[in-house]
Amino acid sequence: MKKSFRLLALVVALAAAGTWFVTGANRGWTKTSVEKRKLDEVTGLEAITYEKKFAPGLDFLGGALLGAGALAGLSFLFRNQQNQNQSH
Amino acid sequence: MYTMKTTALSVFAVTALSVAASAAPLTFDFKDPKGVNNAVFKLDAPLEAINGSASGISGTVTFDPADPAATKGKIVVTASSLHVPNPMMKEHMLGEQWLDVAKNKEITFEAKSLSNVKTTGDNTTADVTGTLTIKGMAKEVTAPVKLTYLKDKLGMRVPNQKGDLLVIRASFTVKRSDFGINPKAPEDKVSDTIDLTLSIAGSSPR
Repeated sequence: MKKSFRLLALVVALAAAGTWFVTGANRGWTKTSVEKRKLDEVTGLEAITYEKKFAPGLDFLGGALLGAGALAGLSFLFRNQQNQNQSH
Repeated sequence: MYTMKTTALSVFAVTALSVAASAAPLTFDFKDPKGVNNAVFKLDAPLEAINGSASGISGTVTFDPADPAATKGKIVVTASSLHVPNPMMKEHMLGEQWLDVAKNKEITFEAKSLSNVKTTGDNTTADVTGTLTIKGMAKEVTAPVKLTYLKDKLGMRVPNQKGDLLVIRASFTVKRSDFGINPKAPEDKVSDTIDLTLSIAGSSPR
């Protein structure tokens, strides 16, 4: 059980870090839309539109790492199998 | 003799009318079917930068190419069109404590006068003074503005439509606290200074 929790914590941490990095390593808040700019050649103005896209930020990464830490912490509540066998 | 007189009078009348028409102030409509018009806002606090834009722009401006200093008009931004990429931040921004868009549906700027007017070709730069209303609170502000008059260019944006375009670029710096936008919010997280940039084009069909 202890090992499973630690493994799960590692998977959560790696998945979150991987997702954050692959989606552009956004160092701001999590975004659900990203800005697109297109030049209007007649007026010289830039049209701003937003495209739906999930860009996890540091809040996402921090939350996931905190969750992974909590899982790793929970693993300490379980005794080692070896210790359990010795106590019997 | 009578025919010659009549012809000469007619030519004079037509010329006079066309001169009068070209000298008359033009009214530009800023409702933009192309979706190009925008207002960008930036709040740069030490701990957090907030960037976003608004697209719901309308209004009219009266511009006389022969007398740009006489420019007057009103630009309206639909408050609910303000957008930031973080959904929770957007919800807070449009909510009661911040912009309260349910009660204050519009952000407006009414231009009253232009000073330091300089015209070079199609471009006019000036300082515009007018009333900026945000969250129901009106305040007189002065900001640099650039007007670009594009004669006969409407057809390039709207096929088979004759007319002119007027491009307006203006930059305002306002205080969040002056307009009662959550004045208690800590300034290290949400800057009290808001940089607003207006980039809009209006059309005057003929």
